[in-house]
Amino acid sequence: MEQKILIPLYADQVAPRFDLATEVSIVSISDDGRATGKKTVVLPRASAEQLCHLILLEKIGTVVCGGIEDEYYQYLKWKNVTVLDSVIGSYKKVIKQLESGTLRAGDIVR
Amino acid sequence: MNTLPRTPINGLFDTPVELPSLIDEVPLAIVVLDTRRRIVMINRAFEALSGFSMEEAKGIHCSHIMRSKLCIQKCPLENMDSNSEPVSVESDMINKDRQLIPVLINLSPIRDAEDNLAGFLETVEDLRPLKEVNSRETHAYVFRHLIGKSPEMTRIFQTLPLLAQSDSAILITGETGTGKDLLAEAVHQASNRAKGPFIKVNCGALPETLLESELFGHRKGAFTGAVENKPGRFRLAHNGTLYLTEIGDLPLTLQVKLLMFLDDKVVYPLGSAKGFQADVRIIAATHRNLDLMVKEGEFREDLMFRLNVVRLHLPPLRERGDDIRLILDHFMSIFAKRFRKKINGLSKKALKILLDYPFPGNVRELRNTIEYAVNMCPKGQIQSTHLPAYLAETKHFYGRVSPEAGVRSEWTSSIVTSDSEQSGQKTWASLERDMIIKALVKTKGRRNKAADMLGWGRSTLWRKIKQYNIDA
Repeated sequence: MEQKILIPLYADQVAPRFDLATEVSIVSISDDGRATGKKTVVLPRASAEQLCHLILLEKIGTVVCGGIEDEYYQYLKWKNVTVLDSVIGSYKKVIKQLESGTLRAGDIVR
Repeated sequence: MNTLPRTPINGLFDTPVELPSLIDEVPLAIVVLDTRRRIVMINRAFEALSGFSMEEAKGIHCSHIMRSKLCIQKCPLENMDSNSEPVSVESDMINKDRQLIPVLINLSPIRDAEDNLAGFLETVEDLRPLKEVNSRETHAYVFRHLIGKSPEMTRIFQTLPLLAQSDSAILITGETGTGKDLLAEAVHQASNRAKGPFIKVNCGALPETLLESELFGHRKGAFTGAVENKPGRFRLAHNGTLYLTEIGDLPLTLQVKLLMFLDDKVVYPLGSAKGFQADVRIIAATHRNLDLMVKEGEFREDLMFRLNVVRLHLPPLRERGDDIRLILDHFMSIFAKRFRKKINGLSKKALKILLDYPFPGNVRELRNTIEYAVNMCPKGQIQSTHLPAYLAETKHFYGRVSPEAGVRSEWTSSIVTSDSEQSGQKTWASLERDMIIKALVKTKGRRNKAADMLGWGRSTLWRKIKQYNIDA
């Protein structure tokens, strides 16, 4: 089944903070591991609550982010969303890791 | 992985000295950056505060490691040159343990011999102890972030200030979601070690080999991949508190090493014969029944005795009487403020559903439920329809099994007895699994009837059968 992944962005990098991101990318990864669709959503203001709302609304399966407060991490986990946090790296490289299925929480993609 | 280059300082002493040996022992978190704001070096105090090791942080842009609001909104270093004066800004940061920490950040330029900009020096002061003092509430039913007025909680609050001042090991027990982490941190913040680091290690989160190196550190070359000396969590917690959560998951071999440390207070990193005398207070926590584990030979009795100097048991929410109402109101006011909503309490029906629900996930589950309800409620009173559906499903199930009004259902009472019998050994998932199996046995495997009995739709039951891997 195709999986939807949300990545908060800061320029061309994974945003250091989930709660301060104003731009997110939503990527669809197909069964064979290819990124089939990408869209960028610009948020009116940075807000962890609104981002959580967007994640549920868009039926996101996995969130790839940098720092995230435990409260939001637990909330998303409770909502069956996989959170790969403390990920550092450029958006492009992170997508490649996602496609190969090797991205883990805490990964620093240099 | 690159080997970290040496950083000798010449001219200070007769022989060159390594920079880490100078800054590692400074209790203030220090970050050294190059002109492009990439990390050149961090000291041990910053490793402890941020959760990132020197090896991980080296060469990374500081915003990804500091993770401060300042980095995203307006980094003062953007316009800092060699002539700039140092800047001091209050901000926050999120560490690897997902804690939002208030910090005071001092930034200053580093100049070379010709007064050119060579890089930046950043010091980070943890303001948590200061903030805690300012916001400390005087209510008898509040201790740091813990709330409660039930006799069990009041007793804990009364003993905590005294316990915090001692250096004894503390064992915190309690079901998942009862606030073990908060209690451990509260003890640290109220102790004389509050200015020192509070290091949390989840003993169940890492495989044995990694956990050993994470806890005790390793010497360069101790094993394949050990390209640098790693201080280990015990060393990072020097002069502070080491919080070992899920201690029941600590492998037996590491239990021996922990026991040795508790006896000698010396840490031996992997591959090193030279020990380090660590002044660390140990707080351990588990949701498991350690007494039972000792009986079954899964946990060392001698370690249990050493950790069990002081035992604090956090009661499950269902045994805390009126606390549920207190906590409910507390979270409702917090989330209403956060989501900028005007919420005027709960309707009678919604309150009844919440008070009847056993909350196997305890305070955490209650908090999540209230957050959900506040999110769903546009304004005014929170109605039963604003609560997560599964709460009502549970209620439905009560009705099916025990039609007598006012009588607690078989399921609820079975939760209470099984939990009290096994002191929190069962999780919500295992209870739900048992419940499904019981229903399937009763209905001789007929899923339609079982679903009906459980008060669920057929697809819900099918999904849960798959989720719990029940061979039906």
